[in-house]
Amino acid sequence: MTDTLPPAPDNSPVADGNGAATCDAVVPVLDVDGVTKSYPGEPPVQALSEVNLSIGQGELVGIVGPSGSGKTTLLQLMGTLDRPTSGRMRITGLDVATMADDDVAYLRATRIGFIFQQFFLAEHTTVLDNVADGLLYAGIPLKQRRQRALDALDLVGLAQRPQARPTQLSGGQRQRVAIARALVGQPAIMLADEPTGNLDQATGQSILALIDQLHRAGSTIVVITHDHAIAERMTRKVEILDGQIRADTGPAAGAERRLRPLTPSAQPPSSRTRPEPSAGEDPS
Amino acid sequence: MTAVATPGRRRLQLSDLARLSSVGLRTRKLRAGLSALGIAIGVAAIVAVLGLSASSQAGLLNEINQLGTNLLTVSNGQSLTGGTAELPTSAPPMIGRISGVQQTQSTGAVSGANAYRTPYIPSVDTNGLSVQAASLSLLPVVATSVAQGHYLNTATAQEPVADLGAVAAQLLGIYRIYRGERIWVDGQWFYLAGILKPAVLAPDIDSSVLVGYPAAQKYLGFDGHPSTIYLRAQNDRVNAVDDLLAATANPENPSEVNVSQPSDALVAQADAKSALNGLFLGLGAVALLVGAVGVANIMIISVLERRSEIGLRRALGATKGHIRTQFLSEAILLGLLGGAVGVALGAASTAVYAHTKHWATILPTEAWTGGIAASLIIGALAGLIPAIRAARLSPTQALWAV
Repeated sequence: MTDTLPPAPDNSPVADGNGAATCDAVVPVLDVDGVTKSYPGEPPVQALSEVNLSIGQGELVGIVGPSGSGKTTLLQLMGTLDRPTSGRMRITGLDVATMADDDVAYLRATRIGFIFQQFFLAEHTTVLDNVADGLLYAGIPLKQRRQRALDALDLVGLAQRPQARPTQLSGGQRQRVAIARALVGQPAIMLADEPTGNLDQATGQSILALIDQLHRAGSTIVVITHDHAIAERMTRKVEILDGQIRADTGPAAGAERRLRPLTPSAQPPSSRTRPEPSAGEDPS
Repeated sequence: MTAVATPGRRRLQLSDLARLSSVGLRTRKLRAGLSALGIAIGVAAIVAVLGLSASSQAGLLNEINQLGTNLLTVSNGQSLTGGTAELPTSAPPMIGRISGVQQTQSTGAVSGANAYRTPYIPSVDTNGLSVQAASLSLLPVVATSVAQGHYLNTATAQEPVADLGAVAAQLLGIYRIYRGERIWVDGQWFYLAGILKPAVLAPDIDSSVLVGYPAAQKYLGFDGHPSTIYLRAQNDRVNAVDDLLAATANPENPSEVNVSQPSDALVAQADAKSALNGLFLGLGAVALLVGAVGVANIMIISVLERRSEIGLRRALGATKGHIRTQFLSEAILLGLLGGAVGVALGAASTAVYAHTKHWATILPTEAWTGGIAASLIIGALAGLIPAIRAARLSPTQALWAV
């Protein structure tokens, strides 16, 4: 277990106005380079073939495709939960293929945040500890984990109920907890797999608004979805079909595109935006 | 901003590990309790068996100590030709003169004499009772006393009067002494003076009908030779006296004399483990084994049920080792829980039983440490395979499997 990870690019949610513009020049947060993934079988299933995708810091990318298009496989590879059959996968410049399993796990612990469709919260423990567990494997003491979890809950608008159980929360609130868990470690990149898939329309919109706000605060976020309408709301849309990228709007053209208001009523960007708890998200 | 942790900090802290390993126990209390129960029963059985045998042994040794370990007996052995040897009539006073001997008493078997309840009992129904001539201060030396009535005294020792040993009284069907009660000894009536309490150190006396030396000689044709001499030695001189006894009792033929220390035999008896102990220990081991299978079973089910938790933890950065450690320590915790409850149950049942028997409660250290250690090892063994399976689970399968 070597400890050779260089410091990740500073990804603290501080808007610097031109983050995306400068980041193109430096190492991309995520670099998918000619990645192919096939699963054994008769005949072998080619889930991804020769995919190239580079995501810079501060981007908000929607990857859209129908079932079986390979978008989940791509998320698994980007999240280092699986390894490509061929090609290179670099996270903050680190080639995952050359790293030992334990080092990859540490990479996940410190640089990647996951948001799942099914939330995956532990029901027996509090909201606060669910979020704090996002730092468990990064080697941070409990007290500090809880303090940072409180900050993260504040960011997602749930700071007032840290001792609640997930079962006492509505679906939207649960997803907010899961998002807080993903961002508590201030990861280089957050990967969201159908984050609104288990939510109704209105709640889904509020979650998308939260993702948007985190993005404007500086986070790099990739949203996987089958819904083109959701992908359209991202600053960059990547279409995937049959294991290949069919369309890519490319990195947003500078700060002005990145900070484009997503809805007519959206607030002008501020350095540290807090989402307001949305109406219609009462505990069910 | 992003902390680059030192390698040491990637290992889970003990408090985190404790929290993680108790997740299964806290979320599924009844299930955890039932699977730990198997181990608890096994450990309780083992602890109770060891505790009870230690307590009963301690009780017996205590009893022996109270009776005194300084009692020595000298009895007539076999002569060179195979017949029963005789102790000289001078043996008791000679022994009494050995330095360190405190008291000397004797009994002499009256050969050919039998005791019956009435003259109408067939002569073959002897009940195995022997008739013995007994000296007058016998009882304190063999650490017993009369249960009812009186012991022989200088007057009654001259007359056809008898005392009954505890077993002898039972076999003759005599439970109370009342005035004028008599038994039929060797063709004549002997009046009963009393019944003795059991003599643990001298069981021979229990099954005897005791009469005075003069009476035995006068009425039963006794030759006056003692057959067993009971003596108490000073505690620090017991071995020295022991060495001199044979030669003193019968200087002509020391080899025809048997010398023994009754408490020694009893201690050896107390030390001998009961055969039943082995059986119960075996049963306890079987219960432990069944408990181990139960824990293994529960852990395997738990791994299947908690696939998404395992996948999530991998996504949050847990290594395979972290997952393995979590499930292994959960199984160990389950085992330890069972072991602790088992030790408590075993100790409690030992205490209750020992209390009813008026023994000191003794729980051997190896019993409870062994119980805890066994449950720990069993938990680890039972959790090994489930933990390895949990660690091998691929995170993508765990998170995206239907």
